Amino acid sequence: MQLHEYQAKNILSEHDVPIPFGQVASSDLECKKISTSINGKVVIKAQVHAGGRGKAGGIKVADNPEEAKKAAQEMLGTSLKTFQSGGTEFPINKVYVEEASDISKELYLAVTMDFDEKCPVIILSTEGGMNIEEVAEKTPDKIMKIHVNPLIGPSPYKVRNLLSLLNLEQKISQQISSIIQKLYRIFDSLDCTLIEINPLAITNDEKVIALDAKITIDDDSIFRHPDIEDLFDETQMNQSELKALSNDLAYIKLHEGKVGCMVNGAGLAMATMDITMKAGTAPANFLDVGGSASEERIEEAYKIIASDNDVEIILVNLFGGILRCDVAAKGIINGFKNHNKPIPMVVVLRGTNSSEAKLLLENSELDISFVEDLPTAAIEIRNKLGK
Amino acid sequence: MNIINQDLNKVLIQGLGRDGSFQAERCIEFGTNIVSAVHPTKAGEKFNQNIPIFGSVFEAIKKTSPEIGLIFVPAPFAADAIIEQIDANISIVVCVTEGIPVSDMVKINEYLKGKKTRLIGPNCPGYLIPEKKLKVGIIPGSIVKSGNVGVVSRSGTLTYEAIVQLTKLGIGQSACVGIGGDPINGTSFVDVLNMFEEDKNTEAIVMIGEIGGTKEQEAAERIKNYISKPVVASIVGQTAPEGRRMGHAGAVITGKSALASEKINALRDAGVLIADSPTEIGRKVQELLKIK
Repeated sequence: MQLHEYQAKNILSEHDVPIPFGQVASSDLECKKISTSINGKVVIKAQVHAGGRGKAGGIKVADNPEEAKKAAQEMLGTSLKTFQSGGTEFPINKVYVEEASDISKELYLAVTMDFDEKCPVIILSTEGGMNIEEVAEKTPDKIMKIHVNPLIGPSPYKVRNLLSLLNLEQKISQQISSIIQKLYRIFDSLDCTLIEINPLAITNDEKVIALDAKITIDDDSIFRHPDIEDLFDETQMNQSELKALSNDLAYIKLHEGKVGCMVNGAGLAMATMDITMKAGTAPANFLDVGGSASEERIEEAYKIIASDNDVEIILVNLFGGILRCDVAAKGIINGFKNHNKPIPMVVVLRGTNSSEAKLLLENSELDISFVEDLPTAAIEIRNKLGK
Repeated sequence: MNIINQDLNKVLIQGLGRDGSFQAERCIEFGTNIVSAVHPTKAGEKFNQNIPIFGSVFEAIKKTSPEIGLIFVPAPFAADAIIEQIDANISIVVCVTEGIPVSDMVKINEYLKGKKTRLIGPNCPGYLIPEKKLKVGIIPGSIVKSGNVGVVSRSGTLTYEAIVQLTKLGIGQSACVGIGGDPINGTSFVDVLNMFEEDKNTEAIVMIGEIGGTKEQEAAERIKNYISKPVVASIVGQTAPEGRRMGHAGAVITGKSALASEKINALRDAGVLIADSPTEIGRKVQELLKIK
């Protein structure tokens, strides 16, 4: 679960990580008020769940409250698409208004999980403000890492040794050292998968501050953090994905395909999506209904797929185990009845009660082709779309 | 420890909720020797008529000396169950539970260092050895057949998919191992490949990988330098978008090396026979065994 910058900065501030003064605004008037109280140059930043806001026009500088108001007016109520947002447009419902800082140097600092080393890692780079993936690719020597033993935490001596390589003034190094320890404490206590400060700025008066902040919390640990769950901003999610989430369905909308996919099991779902390439097309979604879905959940799954305007055909691939195929068939038929948009279907059914399921579907008004396996499904999809 | 090449068979089940109980019964049906169970609120009762239920793993160890632990405990408590079994010196621990926080798994990974326990999973279907009538996990017993092909996969459903195809073609399995879909797990592809290499009953290996991480590349490296037995592999997620979690917590494209195409190339370079789709695995294995 991703947090907005303003939410992340609240958390940083609670843990004494220095940030510039700032407040969140939902209207242009509010923005003007905050700007007036700051009494100087301000930065207005769109609060969306996407990186690369600057290049996309989501960050504006204002010299006075009137300009700040205008900037907020231009952003609020619109949506932002950045080079990092993967085609998705994120609505701007809030802006963060922050005092502008005089910067002498920008660094990059992050704590994340290193899945290869199977432990947390602290990443520090002198190339602050840049896209870190690019830095890692072009100048890997500019990226420094400390792997952390999760039972001990980041040893101060390791942090000191790393910082000594940067040739910073001691005063600055000490501040960064302290910030690293604080960030790790947040990372550990909130079960984060990422805390990224980019840039971590050194100001002209030799203060180290977090200019931007990105925090992602592990979805699987939310049960430990009910207060964090309240920070979830539904508007930043694809609305079909949100609906799926509330029905316990793992659904992801894809932006290039026209084959809706309904599968049980994540691995099988990926294999099913891949087979659409053999049909010369692409999947419109990932959907795992899970191993023990009820009739109602399958019905919801059908409705979510069918309401996607990109979908021209639906590929169903179910392996009956705890989930019985006949239960799934009833769910599909109910979904169709309530939705009533005729979309042709190609169906692979195997396992528990698959013949009962086939009978139910044959007797429905749905346009269905039953096939033996995925390769045959690919051929059938090609035929049906060709018509 | 090589889980395939040993004679341990006394199994403890931890977590007898709805799914745990159901799956434990399927293990018994298959012939697995379940000696005890642990459930905090059912201590003193019996499971499946005669299997004693204890309140803690230590009590179960004292009375029934299990060698293998199978965990169905819900995610919020699963990490603690794994640690309890490690502390009790259980040789093999299989954790089926999905959704354990990553922060718990990095700590468990560190804690496991130097201990004798081998952890399989979490978020995995466990393992099954047809010939030994040993099923530790949730792989359906009805689809397997005893034979000489070893199957290893990150995905439960694709493990079943491969087994069904092999069995249909009359090709039996030496062992089927699901290592799990989480980014941090106890046993890797490389570990299981080593086990299959050492196992006399295994003649060929099926490996099913997916997007995310670099474990398939590590496997390719191992195959190239060490594994003498032929390997058929399939990688799913070729149509997955970047940065999205495809059901499994570990199935996320985070960089170039996480792509299906990169993994396929690495495996092909290592001399692995690639099945374009998992649905072609059976046929590929059949071809391979014919050539042999």
